[in-house]
Amino acid sequence: MKILLVDDSRTMRNVQKKILVGLGYNDLIEACDGQDALDQVCDTTPDLILLDWNMPNVDGITFLRQFRLQNKTTPVIMVTTEAEKARVVEAIKAGVNNYVVKPFTPDALRQRIEETLAKQASAA
Amino acid sequence: MLEARYFSPFLESTAHVFQTMLQLVVRPGVPRLRHNSDAGDDASAIIGLSGDVTGAVTLRFPMETASRLVSQFIGEDVAPDHPDFPDALGELANMVAGSAKAQLTGKTVSISCPSIVMGAAHHVYQRRDIPTVEIPFSTDVGSFIVDVCMLDTAGQAASQPLPAAG
Repeated sequence: MKILLVDDSRTMRNVQKKILVGLGYNDLIEACDGQDALDQVCDTTPDLILLDWNMPNVDGITFLRQFRLQNKTTPVIMVTTEAEKARVVEAIKAGVNNYVVKPFTPDALRQRIEETLAKQASAA
Repeated sequence: MLEARYFSPFLESTAHVFQTMLQLVVRPGVPRLRHNSDAGDDASAIIGLSGDVTGAVTLRFPMETASRLVSQFIGEDVAPDHPDFPDALGELANMVAGSAKAQLTGKTVSISCPSIVMGAAHHVYQRRDIPTVEIPFSTDVGSFIVDVCMLDTAGQAASQPLPAAG
């Protein structure tokens, strides 16, 4: 299970990495913004993407739209401070599979990952 | 008078962020209008607000408090000159501002990426035409302040000068 973490904050990527390693996910790759993530998904296909919204250069929602335009079906969980209903709807329309609002507990992140992967498995 | 509907989201979001990400209880003091005559701070994390509300939210720390908070957030000691130090402070400010804006009912607000200022006894000056509300917080690892400087679309500042006595 290869997971791509996209967040401009190295601290937040490290927080997520610790949680994921604790859950047994060890194959983790990182991107520091949407452009970096777009570059990385050209070369490798992750099984899951955790995506921040507000980032410099290319933000998360722009990455997501461009990623889906490439017909990529990898599940994406938005991990963001953007909690307003309109933002969540915007993300769903752009093709997000699940949503975690910062700040989050390790258990909340685990729950969303498990939900997302279970839905993906049942759809396959 | 200070309008609680503007600064209470920041009281709640600060408590929520620090409790969830750092397992740290924060105790809010009494919000008050800020005057720039104080001694200054050692680390400040600033988030700009735009949209239906404009202004900035600033988290201001003494260095000792900032160091302890960053260590608790990252899970190890980090020197203030390490790039992860301002990154961690910026992410805390990002979450405080992001959580608070979601509570500004009926307002569409965007937040900027954080800017960090570090240096002994510095001051961050906000717009002079909008009073800044400062909310003091104390924790078991030290005290810090959250400044809220906001103007809504109707031109209504988040705080008004205190009425004259009498």
